[in-house]
Amino acid sequence: MPQPGHVSPTAPPRPGFAGSGLACRRGERLIFARLGFAVMPGGALILVGPNGSGKSSLLRLMAGLTPAAQGTLSWNGADIAADREAHRARLHFIGHADALKPVLTAEETLRFWAGMRATPQDLAPADIATVLAQFGLGAAAPLPCRYLSAGQKRRLALARLLASPAPLWLLDEPMTGLDSEASAQLLGAIAAHRRGGGCVVLSTHAPLDIADTVLLSLADFRPTRQEMAAGIAA
Amino acid sequence: MNKFFLLVMRDLRLALRQGGDAAMVVGFFVLTVILFPFGVGPEPELLQRIAAGIIWVTALLAALLSLERLFQGDYEDGSLETLILLPLPLEAQVLAKCLAHWLVTGLPLTLVAPLLALLLHLDVDGYPALMLGMALGTPILSLLGAIGAALCLGARRGGVLLSLLVLPLYIPVLIFGVAAIEAEISGLGARPHLLLLAALLVLALALVPFAAAGALRQAVE
Repeated sequence: MPQPGHVSPTAPPRPGFAGSGLACRRGERLIFARLGFAVMPGGALILVGPNGSGKSSLLRLMAGLTPAAQGTLSWNGADIAADREAHRARLHFIGHADALKPVLTAEETLRFWAGMRATPQDLAPADIATVLAQFGLGAAAPLPCRYLSAGQKRRLALARLLASPAPLWLLDEPMTGLDSEASAQLLGAIAAHRRGGGCVVLSTHAPLDIADTVLLSLADFRPTRQEMAAGIAA
Repeated sequence: MNKFFLLVMRDLRLALRQGGDAAMVVGFFVLTVILFPFGVGPEPELLQRIAAGIIWVTALLAALLSLERLFQGDYEDGSLETLILLPLPLEAQVLAKCLAHWLVTGLPLTLVAPLLALLLHLDVDGYPALMLGMALGTPILSLLGAIGAALCLGARRGGVLLSLLVLPLYIPVLIFGVAAIEAEISGLGARPHLLLLAALLVLALALVPFAAAGALRQAVE
């Protein structure tokens, strides 16, 4: 479906997740403008840029938490604004907060989030114990989350990715607080997800050992003075 | 539907494990009602006259006490973002959270109310109207409160703001709740007032999810 302001030269709908002409406004301030990207199935897009350049804002915009001031997002060529619920069903968003309750155990937490996303089409629902073990949380499963360390909480938040399948992963600095072992586990999970045709968008500060990625530097999309003025006026 | 009850169960489990909330609401209700005989004197005639009003006003305040936490915890720890991004419509999630809230606050209040009515020498004829009115009215308190709780997310001193927003909305519930008891005692029958409360409940069930979901989306934007 051709969109106004579509800058991509490819006419037929291309598979994967794409955005064009995106601008994001937080409060009165325009954070980025003219931003376009495309992630093919099996692809990974890495967002880099200094603090405050809009990496988190872009991820939240991709998830649909914040509306874009301008531009469109598409999945397999179809505008995601046409069917928000389908978009939510296809994505995992892991932000800075871990979304854990101090009084629920690690296993209950993961079971809840997986259950809330379960679809009748899931042939074999993910085995919660296996997923926990995969992220090194086997022993922590019966513990209430208030007894988990910061790194363990992060692992548990990331375990949501494997507890229910979704083709699009949006990860906001997923490596923060992870030790080298957990980082390796996450990179392994990302690689397996991509082999299965999944898309990954993640933001990072540290260089990551992920093969075959597209780098998107947010600093390249800083709004110009005119756009700033227009953004404030709008 | 399974997911709806999964969310209700999770909120119930949270409320029961954190203990405090439900017990605090009922404790506040009982203690505050007990204060009145000390304040206005123990004459049965006087207490009997004001019993319905005291019970309803105190129930309103007790329900208000627990509202702030309705979405606050989920908002602070990032669960709200994750809930909003679930394929389950946010409107249904709001209803699920209101149901869980009512089960741990409104329902206990309804069950304790007759005991307090006994303490205040409420006329025996008023008991059915009190119980039915509370059963119909307390869910409205949870639902209307959800709008206020969602609007106050992220606000400084949200608790005070919440009271200012929500208490005026509670006035119709108070009027019909008390009127039902008075009408029954005076022999006119509580039916019209209870029917009006039921109508308010249906209206709130239909409209609140959309308003509260809109406010929640605004809060995480």
